[in-house]
Amino acid sequence: MYKAVIGLEVHVELKTASKNFSTAVNGNSQTHNSNISEIDLGYPGILPTVNKEAVKKSLKVALALNCKIPEYLIFDRKNYFYPDLPKGYQITQLHHPIGTDGYLMINTKDTVKKVLIHDTHLEEDTANIEHLSNYSLIDYNRAGIPLLETVTEPCLNSSDEAIAFLEALRSLFLYCSVADARSDLGQIRCDVNVSLMRENDKELGTRVEMKGVNSFAAVKSAIECEIRRQTEILDRGGEVLQETRRYDEVADETYLMRSKVDAIDYKYYIEPNIPPIKIEKEFIEAVKKEIPLLQYERINNYTNNYNLTKVEALTLVKEKELSDYFDEMVKVGIEPKIACNWLAGFILGYLNKNYLSIIDIKITPKMLKDLIELLDGGKISIKQMKEVLTKALKENKDPNILIKELNISQITDDEEIKNIVNEVLDENLNLVSDYKAGKRVFDFIIGQIMKKTKGRVNPAMTSKILKEELEKR
Amino acid sequence: MQYLNLTIDDIRKALDNKEVTSDELFNEAIKKANYYQKDYNSFVTILDNYEKVESNSILNGVCYALKDNISTKKILTTASSNILKDYVPVYDATVYKKLKESGAVLVGKTVMDELAMGGSGTTGHTGIVRNPWDITRQIGGSSAGSAAAVALGIVPFAIGSDTGDSIRKPASYSGVVGFKPTYGRISRYGLFPFASSLDHLGCFTRCVKDAAYVIDVIKGHDDKDMTSLNDDNKEYSKSLDNDIKGRKLFYIKEALECDDNNSELKEIINNFKQTIEKCRSIGFEVDEISIDNKLLEALYPTYMVISCAEATSNNANLTGISFGPRPLEKNVNDLIFKARTTGFSELIKRRFILGSYILQKENQEKLFLNACRVRRLIVDTINKLFDKYDGYIMPSMSSIAVKFDEKENQVSNKNFAIEHLLLIANFGGMPSISFPCGIVNNMPISINMTSGAKNDELLLNMAYKVEEVLGYKGINRGDDNV
Repeated sequence: MYKAVIGLEVHVELKTASKNFSTAVNGNSQTHNSNISEIDLGYPGILPTVNKEAVKKSLKVALALNCKIPEYLIFDRKNYFYPDLPKGYQITQLHHPIGTDGYLMINTKDTVKKVLIHDTHLEEDTANIEHLSNYSLIDYNRAGIPLLETVTEPCLNSSDEAIAFLEALRSLFLYCSVADARSDLGQIRCDVNVSLMRENDKELGTRVEMKGVNSFAAVKSAIECEIRRQTEILDRGGEVLQETRRYDEVADETYLMRSKVDAIDYKYYIEPNIPPIKIEKEFIEAVKKEIPLLQYERINNYTNNYNLTKVEALTLVKEKELSDYFDEMVKVGIEPKIACNWLAGFILGYLNKNYLSIIDIKITPKMLKDLIELLDGGKISIKQMKEVLTKALKENKDPNILIKELNISQITDDEEIKNIVNEVLDENLNLVSDYKAGKRVFDFIIGQIMKKTKGRVNPAMTSKILKEELEKR
Repeated sequence: MQYLNLTIDDIRKALDNKEVTSDELFNEAIKKANYYQKDYNSFVTILDNYEKVESNSILNGVCYALKDNISTKKILTTASSNILKDYVPVYDATVYKKLKESGAVLVGKTVMDELAMGGSGTTGHTGIVRNPWDITRQIGGSSAGSAAAVALGIVPFAIGSDTGDSIRKPASYSGVVGFKPTYGRISRYGLFPFASSLDHLGCFTRCVKDAAYVIDVIKGHDDKDMTSLNDDNKEYSKSLDNDIKGRKLFYIKEALECDDNNSELKEIINNFKQTIEKCRSIGFEVDEISIDNKLLEALYPTYMVISCAEATSNNANLTGISFGPRPLEKNVNDLIFKARTTGFSELIKRRFILGSYILQKENQEKLFLNACRVRRLIVDTINKLFDKYDGYIMPSMSSIAVKFDEKENQVSNKNFAIEHLLLIANFGGMPSISFPCGIVNNMPISINMTSGAKNDELLLNMAYKVEEVLGYKGINRGDDNV
C-alpha cells in the first residue's frame, strides 16, 4: 500500500470594483470584451497601478491563514507567450508573496488537521479563450482580474482531506468576504500535485501536477484517478515520471501535457513599474480587526461551550451569516440548544425549501427571543408558534405583531378558563352525566373547549380546571 | 521671416504681439518638415492639421515634435518598427495629453532607432536620419528625428526618450540642448517601454531656458505611473538666474585619459579644460576626482545586461494577437513566431536573445542580478559624491558625430569611453543635460552636466549659467531659406 501526498494550488478571483492593475470593471459581463482598458489589452506604453482593495483583501486572507507578512509589497514578472496573456508576462509575486508559512485548521470526517500553507500571493488573471472547431475567440474581460493563489505544502493524504481543505478555504474566502469563489463561474480553480510513497519511506515520491481542475468534485476524482494510475505503475515496478498532466472529467483519466524536460523557464524578475510599497503595521492591524471568527473556531465554540453536536455545529457554520445569526440569538439570551433547534431545524428548513438565505428574512433574533418567551410562559402553544413563524417568514413580518393582529395569544387566566369550561359544560349537560357514569368523554369535552376558543386556551390548565369543575357538579 | 528657429521666448513674443499666428507657425513648420524630409528623414508622420486650445501656457501655439514611441490616440505610432508599422493607439500618453492641454501644436512623430534600441538613428523602419550639420554623418539616437527636427529649425522643441543616452547623444551630435529630468519627474504612461527602470522622457530645445519651459509643462505626478514622483511645485524656468557662486562640481579624471593619437578627442578634452576654467571664472568650484576604472569599465556591460533583460519582457506584448500585423498561420505559436520574426530587425532580435539568455534561471544570478548590484554600486559611488558636490560636468561624447561608414564604440568595445558616463544618470534616475560647448572639425561638441536625483531645478540653474558663459546658445547649422 502507498501513502498519497497531495499539494494544492488554489486560484481565487477577488471581489473588487476594478481590476488588479487597471480601472476596468471587475465583473461578469454577457458582452465579450466590454470590461477592458488599454492596460488589460497590453497595448504599448501602458503601466500598472496596484488596486489597494485587492491588496487589502489578499492581506486579509494571508492573516486569516496565519501567514507571515512581508515588510514590503513587491511584484514580479512571470514571462511566457500565450494568447491569453496580452502583455507577454503576468504580474505576480514569486519572491515576496503577501503571505508565507501559514496554516489552516480544518475538520475532516473524523478528526481535525492542520494544513500547512506555503504561501498566498496576489497576481492577475488571464484572458478567457474559447476554442472552436478551427478558430479560437479571446475574451479579455477576465484579463487583469485580481487573482489570489494559495499554495499548500504537500501535506494532504487523501482526496477527502483535499476536499475538506478546499471547502474550509472557500468558506474562509466567504467569511472574509473577499471572493464569491463560485466554481461554476470559474472564480475558483485548482492545480493539484499528487505523489505516492510507501508507508516507511522518508522521502516524497515523484510528483505529478494536474493543472486547471475546475470543480471540487473534479479535484476529488482527479486525485483518485491519479492515485490509481501511479499505484499501477509502482505495482508493476515502474517509475513515476515528473510531469504535468491534464485531467479529463468525462473519461476520468489523466493525459500527459508536458514532461519535466519541457518545463517552461518563466524568467521571473522584479516588476520594474511598481516600486516596493511598505505594508504599514497600522494597515495590518486594521485589516486584522476585520477578520471574523472562522468556521473552525466557531465549531469549537459551539461544541465546547454550547454543547451542540458536531453535526449541529457544522450546519450552523456552513454560512457565515447563519452562524452570525445564531451567535446573535445566543447573545440576546436564547439558550443555545433551543436557538439551534429553531434556527437549524425550523427556520433553515423553511429557507432551504424556498431557496432563501438567512439574510433574506426580516425576523430578528430579538423577535425570536420574544416569541420563545411567550412559548416558555405558556402564552402560546408550540403549534401556534410554528404557525406564526411560518406566516412571519412567508410575509416577512415581525411575528410578535402577527400574534396581536391574529389574536392568537393563549388564554391562561384561571377565571377566564373556568368560565369557558362552565359555559361548555352548561351547553353539554349530557356529557356531564356521561362523565359521571364513567364514560370516556373527558378528551371530547376538551376538544369542544378548544373548538370554542379556536385552541387558544392553555391545554394543561384547561385539563386541570375541567377536572375540578366536573368534580364540583 | 522664420520663427521656428527662434527660442520659445521669441516665438511667444511674436505670437503675443500678433506678428504671427499659430496657423502661420504650423504652416511654416509643416513646410519645413516636408522640405527637409527627403534629405534628413526626421519624421515618420507629418500631420496636416491641429486643434486650437485655449490656455495661458507659454507653449500655447508653439510647434513641437514627438518621438514615435509616445502613444498618440488616432495618430500612427510605430516606434520605427515594422511590427508596429500600422499601429494606431487608442489612448494618449500623459506627456502628450499635457502638451495638448497647454496648447502646444504637434507637427509630427519623429523617426527613431527601432523600439528605441540603438544609438545611431539608422535602424528605423522608414530609413536613416541624417545629421543636419553634415549629411554624411549620423545624428545619433535613438531619438534621432526629434534631435534633427530641432537642429533643422523645424520646431523649437521636441520630445524624446532616454534609456542610456538616447536624448543626450543625438543632442550632442546635432548642437542642440538635450535634457532628461529625474526619473519619475515626467510620467512614462504611454511611452513604449525599452527598459522600464532606465527609461526617461525629456526634451530637445535650442537653449537651456527652453528646456525649463518645456519641462515645467510636462512634469508632475501621474496616478497612472506608480514610479512618478510627487509634484515638486516648482517652476524651473523661474530660478534659472539664481546665484551659483560657490556651487561645487566635479569631473572624473580617469575619463579624460586618452591615447595621444586621437587628435579629435584631444581637441574635445582641451575644449573641456577651457570650459572648466570658464566655469570657475563665474564662481563654480570644480574639483578633479578619481573613480575606480573597474566601475567605469562596468558601465556599458551593466547597461547592456539590464536593458536587454527588461527589453525582452517589455516587448513580449508584440505578438500580433491583440494588435499589430497578424500573419495567417495554422496555430498560435507559428503566428507569434512569424509576427516577431518578420516584425523585428536582426539587431532587435539579437538584444531579445541576449535578454532572454540573461534572465534564464541558470544565468540570472550571475548576469542579471549581478548587473543590478553593480548598478547599485555605481549609483552609490556617485551619490556619495553628490553629498559634497552639486553635480558633475564632463564632455558628453568622446567624438563628433560619426560618419555612416565609421564604426562606433559598440558592444565589441571592451574599454571605457566618455559617453558611457551618460549611463550613470539612467542608472540613478538623475537629471542630466547636454548642451553645445564648441565646434570641432565644423561639427558641434557638447558638455554634460548631471546632478543628484530630484535636483532638476538646481541643475537647470547651473546649466543656464554655464551656457551663458560658453556662448554657444542657439548655435545653428546655418539657415536655409525654405
